[in-house]
Amino acid sequence: MSRETARIAVVGAGPAGAFAADRLLRARGDVEIDLFERLPTPWGLLRAGVAPDHQEIKRLDETFHRQTLERGCRLFANVEVGVDLSHEELMRHYTAVVYATGAQTDKSLGIPGEELPGSWPATEFVAWYNGHPDYRDLEFDLSGRRAVVIGNGNVAADVTRMLTLDPDELARTDVADHALEALRESRIEEVVVLGRRGPAQAAFTSAELRELGRLGGVELRVSPEDVELDPLSERWLAERGTFTARTNVALLREFAGRAPRTDTTRRIVLRFLSSPLELRGDERVEAIDIGRNEIVESGDGSLRPRAAGDDVETIECGLVLRSVGYRAVPLPGVPFDERSFILPNDSGRVRAPDGKPLLGVYAVGWIKRGPTGILGTNKRDAEETARCLAEDLDSGSLPVPEHPGRDGIDALLAERKPELVTVDGWRAIDALELRTGKEQERPRVKLSSREELLAAARR
Amino acid sequence: MTYVIAGSCIKDDSCVEACPVDCIHPKPGAPDFETAEQLYIDPDMCIDCDACVEACPVDAVFADFETPEKFAYALELNAAFFAEESTAERTRAAA
Repeated sequence: MSRETARIAVVGAGPAGAFAADRLLRARGDVEIDLFERLPTPWGLLRAGVAPDHQEIKRLDETFHRQTLERGCRLFANVEVGVDLSHEELMRHYTAVVYATGAQTDKSLGIPGEELPGSWPATEFVAWYNGHPDYRDLEFDLSGRRAVVIGNGNVAADVTRMLTLDPDELARTDVADHALEALRESRIEEVVVLGRRGPAQAAFTSAELRELGRLGGVELRVSPEDVELDPLSERWLAERGTFTARTNVALLREFAGRAPRTDTTRRIVLRFLSSPLELRGDERVEAIDIGRNEIVESGDGSLRPRAAGDDVETIECGLVLRSVGYRAVPLPGVPFDERSFILPNDSGRVRAPDGKPLLGVYAVGWIKRGPTGILGTNKRDAEETARCLAEDLDSGSLPVPEHPGRDGIDALLAERKPELVTVDGWRAIDALELRTGKEQERPRVKLSSREELLAAARR
Repeated sequence: MTYVIAGSCIKDDSCVEACPVDCIHPKPGAPDFETAEQLYIDPDMCIDCDACVEACPVDAVFADFETPEKFAYALELNAAFFAEESTAERTRAAA
């Protein structure tokens, strides 16, 4: 290999991409890294996923900034790989390409009525209230009295909180202005959260569950029957349950024992062992049919829900948000595992269809391991990918690209993407948002349309 | 006194690396690390040195007497994690 500096493209400037850039610089201080991002702003779900009332977590952006952009990584935002630039073109300009594109779509329930207006993936609601440019124009009808949230994970908890939080409290966060306005007008009084499994299997973290029980002006209802564990769950919890599962069950028992309240305006109802069967309505969602489940043991010893009896309960509702998991989408020109919805890879080295490593192509984050874990999980994940890439650089196994210098890619981007947002553009956006935030005594006031973002970047 | 980790922990393991007495668990690689929702500080081992507070990128670590009201539960929760047998030990016992 020549003495040319190895140049690496990281595609996707979300947490996985940011951690990957940081870990790469630690593993090999001599590489040059360019971060490609589809949106005009970096940091992915830290900006567009983490709930606005969790501002302390959003502070991680300072670390990302310090560990990547301030250490010489270039930002190429508002560029979509696969649309503005192809994978093949990237390979002609970089020694290695690291995909950190995440899991961009949601899993469906596969039940009748799911496509009715008023039924949404929770992820679109999340993107909307967080000011993601592609979702800002969605219109959620919040005029009904009841909403149903399907799922028992942290996205389900986030959207439930957003639907019930006092708007004045929300107004002190960086929630998108359009969402704040709509949520102020919301007539939703009750949010019913459905879990297929029982309290011992709920995927909430105990931190998120605890929060649901202590929102100002919101009553949390769990029925005592619902927190009575079946013998299988009881045994599992005692023998193999995690600390979180035991904490969750203790919290749910505490909630179930609370006296009913009459002084609140909004209510959250947690229901377990309940599966959605069908969404009903003529023009839009008017009700949801729910079936009852029981917990059974699978052949492998794990516990799963199974339909119990034919009783169907119908709950009227005007909004349904489903949160039953994310799923990645294929990237043009790159192999994709259609069953696991990831890039086929070994510790981050992407495999070609013949099973051999695809030289110079890597994956990190959800596109590598599937949509699991929390923010910090990506740090260890990135460490592993960075180690593989550094090994391949050290061993000289990566071919020198056709255009190894910066000039080629810079010229191509100038031609293809005059509206490119670089680190200076992002700094200008960031400064404007923070300044407006300061004026309004909020952590940040987000610009949410591409036009506004690009105009701010040009200043 | 002791330091405590609140539920806003993102399991970035910077605090584990920073801790001079190895009192933050579970550690990456431990059997219960992946299922843990956050990291916890052992109150009996903590020497109140503040290194973890400096290391945490999301300010999720507090001195017990400075813990904000909304994270007040964390003091008991951190202690509870160490008071019970670790998940790893229980898993082995059940196997």
